[in-house]
Amino acid sequence: MYRSHVLVCGGTGCTSSGSLKVIDALNSEIKKNGLDDEVQVVETGCHGLCALGPIMMVYPEGTLYTRVSDKDVPEIVSEHLLKGRPVKRLIYDETVTDQGIRSLNETNFYKKQTRIALRNCGVINPENIEEYIGTGGYEALGKVLTTMTPDDVIKVLTDSGLRGRGGAGFPTGRKWMFAKGNKADQKYVCCNADEGDPGAFMDRSVLEGDPHVVLEGMAIAGYTIGSTQGYIYVRAEYPIAVQRLQIAIDQAHEYGMLGKNIFDTGFDFDIELRLGAGAFVCGEETALMHSIEGERGEPRPRPPFPAVKGLFGKPTILNNVETWANVPQIILKGADWFASMGTEKSKGTKVFALGGKINNTGLVEIPMGTTLREIIFDIGGGIPNGKKFKAAQTGGPSGGCISAENLDVPIDYDNLIAIGSMMGSGGLIVMDEDNCMVDIAKFFLEFTVDESCGKCSPCRIGTKRMLEYLTKITEGKATMEDLDKLEELCYAVKDNSLCALGQTAPNPVLSTMRYFKDEYIAHIRDKKCPAGVCKALIGFHIDKDKCRGCTMCARNCPADAISGSVKQPHVIDAQKCIKCGTCMDVCKFGAIYKE
Amino acid sequence: MKSLEELKAIREKMQGQLGLREEENAKTRVLVGMATCGIAAGARPVLNELADKVQSDHVKDVMVSQTGCIGLCQYEPIVEIYEPGKEKVTYVHMDKEKADRVVKEHLEGGKPIVEFMLHTVRANEAKNK
Repeated sequence: MYRSHVLVCGGTGCTSSGSLKVIDALNSEIKKNGLDDEVQVVETGCHGLCALGPIMMVYPEGTLYTRVSDKDVPEIVSEHLLKGRPVKRLIYDETVTDQGIRSLNETNFYKKQTRIALRNCGVINPENIEEYIGTGGYEALGKVLTTMTPDDVIKVLTDSGLRGRGGAGFPTGRKWMFAKGNKADQKYVCCNADEGDPGAFMDRSVLEGDPHVVLEGMAIAGYTIGSTQGYIYVRAEYPIAVQRLQIAIDQAHEYGMLGKNIFDTGFDFDIELRLGAGAFVCGEETALMHSIEGERGEPRPRPPFPAVKGLFGKPTILNNVETWANVPQIILKGADWFASMGTEKSKGTKVFALGGKINNTGLVEIPMGTTLREIIFDIGGGIPNGKKFKAAQTGGPSGGCISAENLDVPIDYDNLIAIGSMMGSGGLIVMDEDNCMVDIAKFFLEFTVDESCGKCSPCRIGTKRMLEYLTKITEGKATMEDLDKLEELCYAVKDNSLCALGQTAPNPVLSTMRYFKDEYIAHIRDKKCPAGVCKALIGFHIDKDKCRGCTMCARNCPADAISGSVKQPHVIDAQKCIKCGTCMDVCKFGAIYKE
Repeated sequence: MKSLEELKAIREKMQGQLGLREEENAKTRVLVGMATCGIAAGARPVLNELADKVQSDHVKDVMVSQTGCIGLCQYEPIVEIYEPGKEKVTYVHMDKEKADRVVKEHLEGGKPIVEFMLHTVRANEAKNK
């Protein structure tokens, strides 16, 4: 047994900032100091504080080190692990107080979080099934198989109020009940791990940090609806998740948690992986099933719903990764426990991926009903550089913007829809005064135009035309009539598209129009971009009174657009200027402004 | 094939080890002096024995960790035990066997071992002189 555990994040975020090098250095340094029988190094999943990676956690003290490089490792080993003296300069500064070092759970980032889906992420080694079992893993499966009927399971889920975490929020218990009620020689259980929203990475973190919880949830569903086969449809762009899922499936087989006659109850269940090739539309359930079948990933009209006619024409249930991660805990702790958290119609917690203009980029799990203000300013640490909050975008390309006036709305499925956005999978992108809302709408439209599968014309042609209008607006070539036409087109695409991709594609446009119409009008009438983002509408100028003639701008201009002699005010040639903003960045006197 | 009983056995085995990752707010803190003097006097086997036993016996809410030099180098290896609401206990001249007894009698049994304590050892030394 080890006296100390050193946990290093091996999630995608920390891996890209060099955590694997840190792990290598730790192992060799620990060996060098003869500590290999005393200190265990564990590669875990994501802790959530991605902005400060690589993250290292040392137990039993619970010391959190941030931005650790392999060069820091010898000091950590000889000082902390051998002599018990924490390396102060690397400790997460939020945990350092006048009274000494406080627990991570008392820091602003973690204090308001409730971790259910993420409970094991960053805590266990995802490649070791025994660590999962040590935290109560596979106990829910044992309980279901030996003491509960399928109807019992459905009742618990229904009473808990769990709704689909993929975005639409369909009640999970009811979905399972439909699939159970349909008779067939074979049924299927699918996991939707095709997380495609720009800015969302919660599913990836669960798969990387706690893959067994998904397998356990799916096996419980298999027993409930009478299925023996499950599929996990995961994007090939998540190589670490794919690898850990495969390891988890193999270990579950070895331990008899998957395969034939599980827990000697006569129940058989197996899971296979299917890799997605990167099409956003394959996150839509009917397209996803076509893709698993080997067909082109295109949606089809519903009904028939998958619970009636799904994968290979058989009754199928499809749930999102985060939904699966909630199931075993609900079985073990009961419906009342889960239903005690959240709002009236949205129970439990939700994981959000914080991104954009926010200090603590990363993953947070909060009870439903928490306000956006708490998420952004308390947990997320606010907006960098003292800038002003403008809007938050939830739900990715299917969602909308939430403006400052709605910062105090409790977040749940229904409230978000009421204010013109949606939960979506939980991406939350924060924007400040420097973001142009028309440009944001255009960004998401570019994404949907790219990702539209082309099967139905409202989506294929409609989104393209919408993007053309938006481009016209950002170039200052649009008329007020165009704005009305754009709005009309939005509703046409929304009402007539075949699947959710097209039905929700206009949301970013409609919601920015709703809350930031003045910005659209400024682009059209005044030919101005208030945030100074849309290149066609801005020009760079030099303030004669402030310019000292240091020549810095002229030397750095990539287009040779700035002229002037030493110690004389410089001038920008608007014809040559490519509006890259380099001059503004390098000027030490604040003499350059854009208008 | 693992049965429910085997699952339970794995869980219990792992819980002791994973418990280490929850003890940052532990009520009782066991600190072993691991400065150069402590290490030279044999503090490492003591630290490891304490950490192992606490895990294998599933002693709850106890954190075993290191501390620096206490300033009584001739009494190393030294182990200090902080329990809330109680006076600090300092054990001196520790070894593996003594560490074993500390876990069993003090941490699990709730009875501090007077004969290992600093003041007892000091009193005995004075007597022998």
